[in-house]
Amino acid sequence: MIYALAAIVAAMCMLLGISIGSLSIPFSTIIEIFLSHWFGVSPSHPIPDDLVQIVMAIRLPRVVLAFFVGASLSLAGAAFQGMLKNPLADPYTLGVSSGASVGAVLVLFFHWQWAYLGAFTLPTASIIFGLATLFLVLYFAKMADRRMSMETIILTGIIFSSFFSALISLMIALTGEELRQIIGWLLGSVAMRGWNYTLMIVPFFLVGSLLLFMNYRELNAFTFGEEAAAHIGVDVAKRKLVILTSASLLTGAAVAVSGTIGFVGLVVPHMIRLVTGPNHRFLLPLSLLYGGAFLVLADLAARTIISPRELPIGVITSLIGAPLFAFLFIKRTKRKT
Amino acid sequence: MKAVLNVCDISHRYDDKTVLQKVAFEVEKGEFFGILGPNGSGKTTLLKLLSRELPLQEGAITLNGVSLASLSSKQLAQWIAVLPQNVDIAFGYTVKETVELGRYAHQRGLFAKWTDADERAVSAALAQVGMLAKETQTLDRLSGGERQRVYLARALVQEPSLLLLDEPTNHMDISQQILLLDQLKQWTKEKQLTVIAIFHDINLASMYCDRLLLLHEGKVANIGEPSDLIEEEMLKSVFGASVRRQAHPVVASPLITFVPNVVQENEEHILDSLTITGNREQIVVASPRPLKVLSSAVVGAGFQWATHFVNRHVPKDYDCDDPEEEMRQYLRNRSFDVHQTIGMMTAVYLEDAVIVRQKEGDVSLVAIVTAGVGNAVDASVAWKRTEAIGCAGTINIVVLIEGKLTEAAYVQAMMTATEAKAKALCDAGVVDPETGTIATGTSTDCLAIAASQTGPMYEYAGTVTPLGKALGRLVYEATAEALQKYKKRRGEAR
Repeated sequence: MIYALAAIVAAMCMLLGISIGSLSIPFSTIIEIFLSHWFGVSPSHPIPDDLVQIVMAIRLPRVVLAFFVGASLSLAGAAFQGMLKNPLADPYTLGVSSGASVGAVLVLFFHWQWAYLGAFTLPTASIIFGLATLFLVLYFAKMADRRMSMETIILTGIIFSSFFSALISLMIALTGEELRQIIGWLLGSVAMRGWNYTLMIVPFFLVGSLLLFMNYRELNAFTFGEEAAAHIGVDVAKRKLVILTSASLLTGAAVAVSGTIGFVGLVVPHMIRLVTGPNHRFLLPLSLLYGGAFLVLADLAARTIISPRELPIGVITSLIGAPLFAFLFIKRTKRKT
Repeated sequence: MKAVLNVCDISHRYDDKTVLQKVAFEVEKGEFFGILGPNGSGKTTLLKLLSRELPLQEGAITLNGVSLASLSSKQLAQWIAVLPQNVDIAFGYTVKETVELGRYAHQRGLFAKWTDADERAVSAALAQVGMLAKETQTLDRLSGGERQRVYLARALVQEPSLLLLDEPTNHMDISQQILLLDQLKQWTKEKQLTVIAIFHDINLASMYCDRLLLLHEGKVANIGEPSDLIEEEMLKSVFGASVRRQAHPVVASPLITFVPNVVQENEEHILDSLTITGNREQIVVASPRPLKVLSSAVVGAGFQWATHFVNRHVPKDYDCDDPEEEMRQYLRNRSFDVHQTIGMMTAVYLEDAVIVRQKEGDVSLVAIVTAGVGNAVDASVAWKRTEAIGCAGTINIVVLIEGKLTEAAYVQAMMTATEAKAKALCDAGVVDPETGTIATGTSTDCLAIAASQTGPMYEYAGTVTPLGKALGRLVYEATAEALQKYKKRRGEAR
């Protein structure tokens, strides 16, 4: 029931995202285009080719990408918050996003162009760097503390984050003409990526979210602390690794295709938790659906507010997210006292 | 009975500090097994090794004949459940969701189905800890004790054969502690659940545990039943504090109290600073410091510390269903602290009370006696009496002693005083009116032996010990004099 509602909301947001733009397209036309395109149902009256082109080649991939990125970030956020027992944790806590950013900025800075990859050099490098960061963080955390306590992992993540941020700042300081490109990428965008980009995130999204769904009980257990989780029979070391890896995979892939988009992973799971409670059985699927819908709307706002110019989507999410988060934080602190 | 848990020579080391050394014991099925020891004795480390929270370094632990190390996480959780001292509060989870987590170890597969059996186990556990009515409440809204019960329910739905508890009663008030421990005790009997618990409170441990393990500096100091284990000497060496052992008033287990090291040694002679006031209504002995009293008085019977001794005159036809409560009320009305007052009653005229002091060498005593023998009884033939007699008349004796008395000395002092009283009655020729034989006392006599518990030490107070000699003589003389006064007044009355 709650899933159906969330799915409808998400679908409506996506339709809205496709419909609104410099050229307004009514819902009925969009649906007719879909029907004819995928199921061969001929439309009641002919639809101009350029309209079909706009929907299928420009707006749909963009909206779908926004949905996947939003869903990935929210899922990862929910998982990190449960795992780290900290509702203020976000998908970037482990430093994976910083690592992925370093990869992307390096590509822009040095104008790398890897064989066979062409335009995909950037997201590929980004994902590779993100994953490498994850394993580095886990490896260092294990070196520092054999038990890999959450505190150690968070601290290691912060250390790596700061180091990578410094690297990025260094490249920004040294760069000339690529500045705009780098900043633009860092602010995040789902624009003009086309289907190829959209399809890149899909395998990571599927693997990451499936692994998280399979571990929703363990996530609930971890919320009570690692000791309690061990007492009820959770294989702590193994599950911790699986959950952190899946969440990082989602984050890394999202960062690779869209840059760092802040606050989605923080605010969306938080809002859902306020409504349905912290049980990950509901929290995870709802985070996926609402997180996706939220980013589709944010993207819509980003490209319509001062159209024809576009705002970076990361700016929109942060502009909405930060005050909302401050409000939630104050409310939470008040409830505690 | 077969041992559920077998711990064989386990040792544990943190860096270069040895915290456990060759610890070995067995726990049987359905046993309530307690672990006691001072801080740093390795209690928690031992429990963490049993729950596999810490890896085993040396030795072996087998559960139901299987090595603990060979079990998977889920298998372990099916056999052992843990109720830790502190649990992080997970905000927003309901009571039921929390307990459902306990079924984790019994669920199979990636997307395991929640079965009817799971549901039943959860409801049953919630009912057993009395939290069924609150199953939809969130954890953060519960009190500490309630939350602990929820975690207990979660441990129960694991359906373990062994339950480990680390100071389970921490953060609980006393009624919650008793509730929890009663429950656990019941489960060990009914469900053959084996419980191993760390205790902080020696008395709680000795009341509930079948056997205790005393841990001292990482080694087993002793293992055994509470009554064998809770020895004053043993506890003193393990805990480094002076303890006294007593019998529990209800349960057949020892009760331990610690003796503070700063007990004030007051050298002042307490018997010299007594104030004794009297009128027709009452005689009051007031002491500036409490005395330890063993008495058969109406109020304050048994062992008690008291500052006031009240002997109250009641009319001959005094008749009350609950004299103790009536006497308490009387004392309260006159601003006595009933918890520090020994209250007696008599129908004798209080003007006839005899107060005698004696100081012989070290031995210093005061005796206050009121005597009436309207009710005289010969104890040796009292069985011939058919009904309780109605007429009033009683002998009340209060003896105050300067000195430290052991419990044995108190009881011997009671005997000595009683024998002296009986002899005084005999010599005065007091006769049991029913049987015509020499009386040994009256049917309502009261005796109180009070000692300052400072000054000279008296281990015994039998009739030929220094204290016994003085006591016997004093009580005899005072009683004899009081009987004479009574006789004289009776004579005048006629």
